[in-house]
Amino acid sequence: MVKWLLFLSLCFLALSILAMIYRLVKGPTAPERVQALDAMGTYLIAGIAILSVLLRSTAFFEVVLLLGILSFVGTIALSRYIERGVVIERKQSD
Amino acid sequence: MKEPNDVILRTVSKVAVVIILTFAINLFISGHHQPGGGFIGGLAFVAAIVLLFLVYGIEKVRKNIPVDFKKVAGTGVLIAVFTGVGGMINGKPFLYQVFGHVNLPFFGETEMATAVLFDVGVALAVIGTSMTIIMSIGDDR
Repeated sequence: MVKWLLFLSLCFLALSILAMIYRLVKGPTAPERVQALDAMGTYLIAGIAILSVLLRSTAFFEVVLLLGILSFVGTIALSRYIERGVVIERKQSD
Repeated sequence: MKEPNDVILRTVSKVAVVIILTFAINLFISGHHQPGGGFIGGLAFVAAIVLLFLVYGIEKVRKNIPVDFKKVAGTGVLIAVFTGVGGMINGKPFLYQVFGHVNLPFFGETEMATAVLFDVGVALAVIGTSMTIIMSIGDDR
C-alpha cells in the first residue's frame, strides 16, 4: 500500500516536472523561467527523497543536500540578474 | 523610492557558506568508501565561494582570499601527476596505490591510503579551474 502511494507520488512529481519544463521553454519573461527552474530543483529533491524511501537506502542523501545547495545558488544568481542586470558585482553596493 | 538592499541574503549566506564548506569537506573525506571524492568536493567548495561572490562583490572576496587560482589549478595537477609517478619509481604501474592501518592517538586504528593524496590534487585542480572560469566570466567590464 505504502509502496503504491510512493510510486504514485513519483509519477505525479514527474508529471509536474514536465509541466515546469513547458513553462521553462515557453515562459514569456525571465521571472517565470527562474520560478520554474527553482521549483524544478525542489521537485527533484522531493523525488529523490521519495525514491530513497522506496528503495530503503541512505545513499542518496548527499544528492539531496547538494541539489539543495546548487539550486539555492542558482536561484540567487538568476534573481540578482533580474534585479540588478549583473550577476557578479565588482563592488559591494551600499 | 528606496534602494534595493539584500539584508536577508547577507544574513542567510553568512550561515549557509559555513554549512556548504563543511559539507564540501565531508564529501571530500567520505570519497574513499562512499559517494563523494575530490571532484565533487571541489565543486561544492566552489559553490560556497560563488555564493560569497554573489553576495559581497568580486573586490571584497578577492581582497580576503588573495589566492591566484590559476596557480592552485597547476599545483593540483602537479600533485596528482606526482602521486601517479611515485608508483612508477617503485617499479609498480602508474597510479599504483598502497594503504595501511595506522594507530593514531585520538582516532584509534585508522586506514591511511595514498589515494587521498591523488584526491587532494584532483580537488585543487577542480577548484582552481572552475574559479578561474567564473572569475574571468564575471569580471569582464
